[in-house]
Amino acid sequence: MTTQSPSAASPSRTNVPELSVSELAFSLKRTLEETYGRVRVRGELGRVTVPKSGHMYADLKDNDAVLNAICWKGTLPRLSVKPEEGLEVICTGRVTTYPARSNYQLIIESMELAGEGALLKMLEERKKKLAAEGLFAPERKKSLPFLPEIIGVVTSPTGAVIRDIMHRLDERFPRRVLLWPVLVQGPGAAEQVAAAIRGFNGLQKPLRPDILIVARGGGSLEDLMPFNEEIVVRAAAECAIPIISAIGHETDVTLIDYAADRRAPTPTGAAEMAVPVRLDLIAQIHDDGLRLTKSVSRLFADLQNKLSARAAKLGDPARLLELKTQQIDHAAHKMTSLFERFLSRREARNGELAARLPHPRRLIDEKARLLSIRAESLARLGSKMEEEKKRHLDALSRTLESLSFKRVLDRGFAVVKDGNGKILTAAGQTEKGRKVRLNFKNDECVGATIDTDILPAKSV
Amino acid sequence: MTAKKQISIENLSFEAALGELETIVRNMETGKAPLEDSIASYERGAALKKYCEKKLAEARSKIEKISISESGAVKTEPFGEQE
Repeated sequence: MTTQSPSAASPSRTNVPELSVSELAFSLKRTLEETYGRVRVRGELGRVTVPKSGHMYADLKDNDAVLNAICWKGTLPRLSVKPEEGLEVICTGRVTTYPARSNYQLIIESMELAGEGALLKMLEERKKKLAAEGLFAPERKKSLPFLPEIIGVVTSPTGAVIRDIMHRLDERFPRRVLLWPVLVQGPGAAEQVAAAIRGFNGLQKPLRPDILIVARGGGSLEDLMPFNEEIVVRAAAECAIPIISAIGHETDVTLIDYAADRRAPTPTGAAEMAVPVRLDLIAQIHDDGLRLTKSVSRLFADLQNKLSARAAKLGDPARLLELKTQQIDHAAHKMTSLFERFLSRREARNGELAARLPHPRRLIDEKARLLSIRAESLARLGSKMEEEKKRHLDALSRTLESLSFKRVLDRGFAVVKDGNGKILTAAGQTEKGRKVRLNFKNDECVGATIDTDILPAKSV
Repeated sequence: MTAKKQISIENLSFEAALGELETIVRNMETGKAPLEDSIASYERGAALKKYCEKKLAEARSKIEKISISESGAVKTEPFGEQE
């Protein structure tokens, strides 16, 4: 402007009011804010940064232009899309300027993905990333309990979903249900769903559910987005309680379906997976009971039959006895006849021997005769022997008389005995002063006393 | 089968009890077991049936809502569907 000639510049200078830089800048700011107080801008996100302040700065661009965009810290968590570089998004917000830098920029108030294609592409990439971490691995899948006592349900407390689940549970097998109420769409829904799953997982008995159902009714792809959020997928993958996911309609697939242990096509379907049909079980158990009783009675009947058959085979014991009796009779008969034969043989032999045996009377007669003969001879001999002995005795008596000491006494000798009647035959057998007895003939006897010692032999 | 009988029925899950009952019924129907075993099996089967029936009888529907107090404690309260 300074290079323009004064003559050319002066008319315009007089007509146009002079503004300060600030005046213009703030005027522009007002104009832009009034005109573009609420706009929807479609573009691709680039250079997304979140410095320490917590506000997000990004570029929103297309092939020909770039727009600075800011999302304040307070708004950022409420966005339904997590801003990532390369995402095709539609941002809603207002345009404002930054007068200090001669910048204009979009203040983002909400953000959505632009078009299903873009959304699906983003989901596909997220799915790949989580799958690479192993969150969807088949070996992580837990089997569902056959008959849970407590069923935890994560869903909206209002709406058809919880009613459908309860209705189907009541039809099949009424159970205790714990509902963890959550928002199922919009800002904050993902965080609430994740917190509910973690909350159930953290519960202890007796409140801890045996199975979880995470459910939501049908909706647009964007409505279902919370169930595609990483935070929800991770909470489901980490949950130790088996999870059935039932999000939207059968054709809708969300990332939580991959992390859940089972995917149900609908909330009603989830209730069907969660419990068996009570009446079927009752019928089955009743049937089992009948079969049990039947098989036991059949067993008894079979055994009874077998027993009867065996008993029949055993035969009539009397019959068996008859045969044996006959055998015994036969044997007894045989034995008797044998014995008789034996006896008669013995008798015959006896007769033979008896005939050869002399009669005892004959023997006695014989002996008696011999005895009388002997007795006679004995008597004869006796008398003869008596006379002889007598003669002999007389002779001996006479000899004895002649030899008796009494005969010596007749001839004038005496027997000297000591006080004890002992015959003294030597002078040494007595001594002076001893009394002695002197025996004379005809048993006459006198006492005497020895009055000397032994005298010499010559003096006699 | 005899080793299984050591397990107290009260400690069985419904599914395990039902499974054992089915096994016993099938075995009994073959009729091959000796009399004593069959009687023991029958008694076990009858006890399992009773237990399963008891489990099936415990079928009350009840819905409670989880709520978290300010201290972070988890409580349940009756859930009445509004609307």
